[in-house]
Amino acid sequence: MSVANIIVDGKPYSIEGAESKNLLEACLSLGLDLPYFCWHPAMHSVGACRQCGVKLYKDEADARGRIAMACMTPVVNGLRASIEDPEARAFRAGIIEWLMVNHPHDCPICDEGGECHLQDMTVMTGHVRRRYRFEKRTHRSQDLGPFVAHEMNRCIQCYRCVRFYRDYAGGKDLDVQGWHDSVFFGRTEDGALESQFSGNLCEVCPTGVFTDKVQASRPTRKWDLRTSPSVCPHCAVGCSTLPGERYGELRRVRPRYNADVNGCFLCDRGRFGQAFADSGDRLRHCLVKEAGGQVPAPREAAIAAARAALSKPGAIGIGSPRASLETNFALRSLVGADRFFVAISDGELALHRLMRDVLRAAGRRVASPREAELSDAVLVLGEDVWNGAPILALRLRQASRNAPNETAMREKRIPAWDDAALREAVQDRPGPFFVASPGPGPLDECAEASYRAAPDDIARLGYAVAAFIDPTCPAPEGMGEEREALARRIASALMRAKRPLVVSGSGLASAALVGAAAAVLSALVAAGQDARICLVFPEANSLGAAMLAAGGLESAARLLAGAPEPAALVVAEADLSRAAVRGDGPSLMALAVATIVLDHSPSATSREADLVLPAATLLEGSGTFLSFEGRAQRFIALRPCEFPVQDGWRTLDELAAPGREPRSLDGILAAIASELPELAAIVDAAPPSTFRMLGKKIPRGARRESGRTSMHANLDPRDPDPRLDPDSGLAYSMEGAIAAPPSLLSRYWAPGWNSDQSLHKFQSEVGGALRPSAAGEGAEIGARIFGGETGRAALRELAFGGAGAGAPGIPAAFARRGDALLVLPRRFAFGSEELSAKSPALATRIPEPRLFICPPDAARLGLTEGASAEIRFEGADSVPQVLRVAISDLPEGVAELPWGLPALPGAPLASWAAVRPSKEAAR
Amino acid sequence: MLSRDEKERIEAEAGRYPSRRAALSEALMIAQEARGWLGDEALADAARELGISSASAESVATFYELVYRLPVGEHVIQICDSVSCWIRDGESILDHLRERLGVELGGTTADGLFTLVPAGCLGLCEAAPAAMIDGEAYGGLTTEKLDAILDGIRGRKRGDAAQR
Ligand code: SF4
Ligand code: SF4
Ligand code: FES
Ligand code: FES
Repeated sequence: MSVANIIVDGKPYSIEGAESKNLLEACLSLGLDLPYFCWHPAMHSVGACRQCGVKLYKDEADARGRIAMACMTPVVNGLRASIEDPEARAFRAGIIEWLMVNHPHDCPICDEGGECHLQDMTVMTGHVRRRYRFEKRTHRSQDLGPFVAHEMNRCIQCYRCVRFYRDYAGGKDLDVQGWHDSVFFGRTEDGALESQFSGNLCEVCPTGVFTDKVQASRPTRKWDLRTSPSVCPHCAVGCSTLPGERYGELRRVRPRYNADVNGCFLCDRGRFGQAFADSGDRLRHCLVKEAGGQVPAPREAAIAAARAALSKPGAIGIGSPRASLETNFALRSLVGADRFFVAISDGELALHRLMRDVLRAAGRRVASPREAELSDAVLVLGEDVWNGAPILALRLRQASRNAPNETAMREKRIPAWDDAALREAVQDRPGPFFVASPGPGPLDECAEASYRAAPDDIARLGYAVAAFIDPTCPAPEGMGEEREALARRIASALMRAKRPLVVSGSGLASAALVGAAAAVLSALVAAGQDARICLVFPEANSLGAAMLAAGGLESAARLLAGAPEPAALVVAEADLSRAAVRGDGPSLMALAVATIVLDHSPSATSREADLVLPAATLLEGSGTFLSFEGRAQRFIALRPCEFPVQDGWRTLDELAAPGREPRSLDGILAAIASELPELAAIVDAAPPSTFRMLGKKIPRGARRESGRTSMHANLDPRDPDPRLDPDSGLAYSMEGAIAAPPSLLSRYWAPGWNSDQSLHKFQSEVGGALRPSAAGEGAEIGARIFGGETGRAALRELAFGGAGAGAPGIPAAFARRGDALLVLPRRFAFGSEELSAKSPALATRIPEPRLFICPPDAARLGLTEGASAEIRFEGADSVPQVLRVAISDLPEGVAELPWGLPALPGAPLASWAAVRPSKEAAR
Repeated sequence: MLSRDEKERIEAEAGRYPSRRAALSEALMIAQEARGWLGDEALADAARELGISSASAESVATFYELVYRLPVGEHVIQICDSVSCWIRDGESILDHLRERLGVELGGTTADGLFTLVPAGCLGLCEAAPAAMIDGEAYGGLTTEKLDAILDGIRGRKRGDAAQR
């Protein structure tokens, strides 16, 4: 890292890491205010808007200087610049006046108002009077679907939207049209934006062209939103979020900057999925089953009934991959570790445990999403990252450009931040990026080569790669020339790379794939490579649940069936009918003498329960999720619980110890840390409830929040006391500390910087980690539980160990079984995740369930596109499914069935099935 | 639907570049040639031929003034509205055209014969004011000269000029 000494407005500064910075980034990192539009912290410079003009001087003697764009100026030793120079100021004022010529000045009715980068920059440059008095050009805006609203007249042509949507995120249906004074950013025709990253346009666009349509249905200014640091509950990536509420209702979810996980972005599932928490059918009362069905009951009575049911010995607890570590742990403490299970099948749990073991052995080589983005060679083995872990996929998309970018930087001497030049130099040339999967996907376009095969064959490719890298690894037999050449090519690409990465996961329910990924990692480590691994779990806390549970649902059923006396069943935040268990799900409830369900949303399971205790969602409760990289991250309640709803863990703790006060979050965390040393780090995921900044709590409200005293006047004219939060250092108030440590940061705002672009005021340097607080908290958000030295022998044993220890080893080549098809689960960004599917905006994007089969299989089975097919799973006694067929590009003998769609609960994971035409109409 | 010939010509263009999308502007012109203008369907077909999205093709189509996204008349008059022509009183030529044809910029005469569109600098500054009609350049325009040209063109088929 080079250090450059520069002079800005006569003051000397020294800039670290100068070679990777431009002058705009350096100035912002120094805390200097310099306006800009087209530059973006994640997408860097194109030098298009001319707003960041400064004066540059040749040397001390140069008094005239020349105007140059700061965002296109490399930071070199001896650089002299001026932001304040009158000509530079006049230049910037002129630029914004031009940009504003056609702008409608409709801030009062614009949803961006109050957090608008254009407003901020206009004020900053001092453009306060409009001289233009002619007709403005106008556009017809488009209907872009349920997520994003469009008002083209507010555009200032900075091109950030297309740079994000098309270049950064790979979207195909939004582009720039026209030229000259009439440039339009939109689709070719009205219709929902196809990209699952579309919501990011709301922040990427510095004006009110793209705004959050869901929020617009109940408009709320940023300063009227209460916000708290939270974590996305919709997949295992664990993106940091900043939900906002007003009048107790969730109004929007925005990304919370997390350098290691999601950076500046969120996927649309994370942004628009949390409306489930405000659904009208939320469980808000205790319910007791009587002859005529479930009826509301007072809380004391419900708790007494639960205690009575639990007083008999042998109760069983079913935890959940979507519930917090705290809730799972509290249930485990209530029923006992050996009677605590998780609401997935035994097979799935075994796979998750294998993945946990691989991550444990990988130690510090478990990649964070940021480390994944920094990789310069990637091998994806089977996992559909795009739909299962969207933000990781977005990171991988950028990783695919690293190697070609580095070449262009070296050969053509292009700086790392010069986005336009790099894209021009690299064009569409993909880097060493390899995708092996059954069907095609959006990451294919990033790949140098894609490989289409059944899971076992993909695993064999992985094992072959490992054997090329480390000849002491056993190699699969009979690969054939072509596949062997591909494996060799992948192996040498991974060996040439400086930071190779292998990615797999549980998506195809294949232990062989996880074993192959472990084999590749162990081979790379043996060869001395600085390699990393990502293993994608399906849900927000799948890894956490796998670390606590004694077994899956089949084991639970066996234990319950074998009990000397019928016992009670306690289910925490899970719908047993969703699990891929054949036959056993409902029988589990039938075996129990009584079923107690704690949940926030109704499900097939809660509707059958004898007793329902309402639980908080992550918006009213606090807790910790363990992400796919083993990062424990705390979510802190956005709004207080309304009686009798409370955190699942609190209710369970109350049931566990009648007579004593239920523990606070800190108490539960301490208990987890002492009972499960591997999870001890979760205590450090965020500061404890006693945390104060200079003696004050951190406010959830903004300092100019309006209506606080009148909001509840219809109920009580007195100004209510703020509700207390016993579980965090945050207050339900607009008063308190001004600063906050990174993991408790509840909003981005700085004087003159009302939009999210104020982020750089909170970072140590632009694009880097958040600044650690004065109170001594670290810069990292969350705490990682894996991080030790890599156990290469352990990895290798897991990869090749055979039955009993780790993966099954190298599988045999995939072979069809007569007429049967291997039906694999296909996940969809919208619909496959349980909670987000309940969000009304997102529900409109859920696809129809279809059976995907390849043309030769379709022809052989006499099926055509749209025809009804009957699917009968092997060994399943349940009724066959009838679905419409979609012809898809898949290997012969392999079919795919959507997993987790509300219309298709309990679909099996990777199962052989007989498929034939059906006369019945498909659902 | 593109004809086989059109597809083959697009394919030939695509083969000349390392990346297929580089042939987009040629593909759009090929698809426009027989139709006289480029409708949504033809645009999508040309894009599909090169394996790129319609949005991306639209972006290029709406950038170039020689791609017509709306139907045009038999003859297209591009009148320069850039600086040199403006200095040389190009506006009076435009006014004359407006009057003679009875259409505004972007309009097509009722008989479907002429479409009047503006053009950025035609590269004929030395002969300003200038216009281009059916792909043929005319400089040093006066209202009389223009009338004579238009009278000559009336009745001629599109493409005749190019073949001459
Ligand atoms: S729509 Fe927004 S992001 Fe796109 S060019 Fe206009 S102002 Fe910039
Ligand atoms: S669903 Fe996953 S990728 Fe999307 S925002 Fe949530 S955690 Fe991030
Ligand atoms: S921010 Fe520098 S030119 Fe746009
Ligand atoms: S300005 Fe008219 S031809 Fe150049």
